[in-house]
Amino acid sequence: MEIYMRGLVPGTVHLAQGHEGVAVGAHAALQAEDWVVCTYRGHHHSLARGMGLEPLFAEIMGRTTGACRGMGGSSYVTDFSLGMLGSPAIIGAAVPLGAGAAMSAKLLGQNRISITFFGDGACNIGAFHEALNMAQLWKVPGVFVIENNQYGEYTPYRKSTALVADIANRGDAYGMANTVVDGQDTIAVYDVVAAARERAIAGEGPTLIEAKTYRYSGHSRTDPGAYRPDGELDAWKARDPIDILGARLEEAEILSAAERDTLWEEVQAMVDEASDRAETGAWPSLEEAESYVLAD
Amino acid sequence: MSSQTRADGVVDEAVEVTYREAIRLAFDDELASDPSVVLLGEDIAAAGGPFKTTEGLYEKYGGDRLIDTPIAENGFCGMALGMAMTGMRPVVEIMFSDFLPTAYDAIAMEMPRLRFMSGGQTSAPVTVRASGGGGGRFGAQTSSTGESWFLQFLGLQIAVSGSPQSAYGLLRTAIQENNPVVVFEHKALHGVKGPLVRGDTSLPEIGQAEILREGSDVTVVGSLLMVHRALEASEALAAKGEGIDAEVIDIRWVRPLDLSTIRQSLEKTGRLVVLEEQYHEGGWGSAVVSRLTEAGFSWQNPPTLVSMPDVLISHSPPLEDLMVPSVERIESAIRATASS
Repeated sequence: MEIYMRGLVPGTVHLAQGHEGVAVGAHAALQAEDWVVCTYRGHHHSLARGMGLEPLFAEIMGRTTGACRGMGGSSYVTDFSLGMLGSPAIIGAAVPLGAGAAMSAKLLGQNRISITFFGDGACNIGAFHEALNMAQLWKVPGVFVIENNQYGEYTPYRKSTALVADIANRGDAYGMANTVVDGQDTIAVYDVVAAARERAIAGEGPTLIEAKTYRYSGHSRTDPGAYRPDGELDAWKARDPIDILGARLEEAEILSAAERDTLWEEVQAMVDEASDRAETGAWPSLEEAESYVLAD
Repeated sequence: MSSQTRADGVVDEAVEVTYREAIRLAFDDELASDPSVVLLGEDIAAAGGPFKTTEGLYEKYGGDRLIDTPIAENGFCGMALGMAMTGMRPVVEIMFSDFLPTAYDAIAMEMPRLRFMSGGQTSAPVTVRASGGGGGRFGAQTSSTGESWFLQFLGLQIAVSGSPQSAYGLLRTAIQENNPVVVFEHKALHGVKGPLVRGDTSLPEIGQAEILREGSDVTVVGSLLMVHRALEASEALAAKGEGIDAEVIDIRWVRPLDLSTIRQSLEKTGRLVVLEEQYHEGGWGSAVVSRLTEAGFSWQNPPTLVSMPDVLISHSPPLEDLMVPSVERIESAIRATASS
C-alpha cells in the first residue's frame, strides 16, 4: 500500500488482504510441478507460490527487473518457472486456461495437477460453466478454487448470483465433486486442497472448492468499499486468517507469540528492503517490449 | 508447384486433390510427425468433421488426439491455450467463421497476450481453424469470411487458404509455428481440386504471398475464393483480346502482410485491384493501400478496392450473388483500373 500511495505503482491494483488463508493453505498443499492459474487479484498467490518480493514489487512498479520484465504489472504478475501460467484480467478466462493445463497433464500422462483460482464474480460468466463442463466430462486432474470474497467488484455476490445454497454446489450440475471451506482457516484450506489434489492425481476427476473469505480493501484503487454495511469489515477482521493461523501455531507450540512478533518485524524489514531495491530497477525499452510480442 | 526436390534429392510429385483432402492430409502429416499435436472441435473426431476435413483420422489416431468438444467455443479455445502453454500443440476447429466471436476472448485477448504480459516467459503454439465465406445460401450468421476480424489483435498470425496447396501448407506451417495462428478457409473451396505437393519441403513461410498468374498491366490481390474468381476474370479478359494482362496474387497471410511481393508487382504494373469478400472498412485491403502509401509508393492511378456492399448477407440467391464479388464484377473492376 505504501509504495502505491507514494506514486510508485502505475495504474490500478487489486489487493488481496484478507485472502491470505486461501493462498497459503492451498499452495502448501501443492507440488512444484503443479500448474497454477490465478487472476488479476493475484499478489497473494505469487507470494505463496514462492515469488521473491523484489521481482513482485519491481513488476508492480513497471520495471524491467520485474517478474514479467515490466510487461504485466500488478494484474498480470506471474512466474512460469514456478508453474504459474498467468493471471488474466478478463473475468472467467482463468477457468478454461486452468482446465486446459489439466488436460495436458492428463493427455501427456504426467503426475501433476492444475489449480485455478478465481473470484465469486467469475462464476456467472460462460467460460466458468463451459470449462467446468469439459473438465468433468474429460475428468481432468484440475482443482478449481472460488475465492468467494463476498463481492463481485462492488456488488454483493448474493445480488448477482442465483443459488440453491453455495456457489460450490454449481459443481453438482456437472457431477463435479465440490466443497465449501472456511477461507480464513489456512489449515482447513490446506486439507481440502490436499484431498482434491489426491483425487485429481488418482484420476478421480476435478474438484470445485469454494473458499469463503473477505476482501479487506475495495475492489481496486478507486473503490473505498463504502457500500459495505457497517460492522461487516470488522466482523471479518475479527477472523483474520493470519491471526487464526498464529493462534493455531501458538496452541501447537510451534510458534510463540513473541516469535511471531519477531517474524512480523523481519518480514516488514524484508518488504521495505525489497521495495527499495525494486524502486531502482530500470524501465523497459520499446525494443524489449517488441521482443515479447512473438515467440521465435 | 508441380513438383519439389528435397535436400536428399527425392522429388515429391504433385497429385490432384480437393481442398478438403489437402486439409485432411495436413492433419495426417502433423499428427504422424508430432505427438504433441491434438485436434479439438465440434464433431471432428468420430463424425469426421462437419466438412469432412478429419475423416478417418479418429480411427487412425484415436480419441486422445482427436477430441470432440461440446458446442462451447470460448471454453475449448481457452482450454487449447492452456494446453499450448503446457507442452501441447492444439488445433481447434471453429465450424463457421461466424462462430469466432463467441470465442473472441480466448482467441483475441488471451492467446496473443499472455506471452507479452509475462515478458516472454511463455508462448502459445495454438492454431485456430475456421471455415467461412458466402455462396452456400447459408444466410447472415454463417456466411462471413471473418479474415480481418482479428487484425487489431497483435500477436495473432492470420492465414487465408486459397488453394489445396495453401490449405495444406498454411495449416502445417501454422501448427508448427510457436505463436497463435488463425487459419481461415472457405466453404466454397472445400470441393475444389488442385495440385498438391505433400511433404515438409513444400511448406510456405509465414508472411509470404504467392503469385498465381503473372501479368504486366494490373496487380490483382485477393484471398480465399476471391483469388479463384480473379484468375477466372483474368483469363476471361485475356481471351477477349483487349490487351489486359492481370497479375494475380494470393496474399495467403493477412498478418504478416507480404507488402514486398505486392509492391514489386506494382512497380511493374502501376495499377492495383484489391478483392475482399468482406466489408471495406477495417479490412486488410485498406491496410495494403495505406501501408504502401505510407512507404512512399507513388500512385499514378488510384487503387480499386472491390468489397461487399454495405448490406448484410441474405440466403436469398439473387441477393447473395450481389454481395460476394462475382467474376463479372471483378472483370469490370480490372478492366476499369487497367484503362484508367
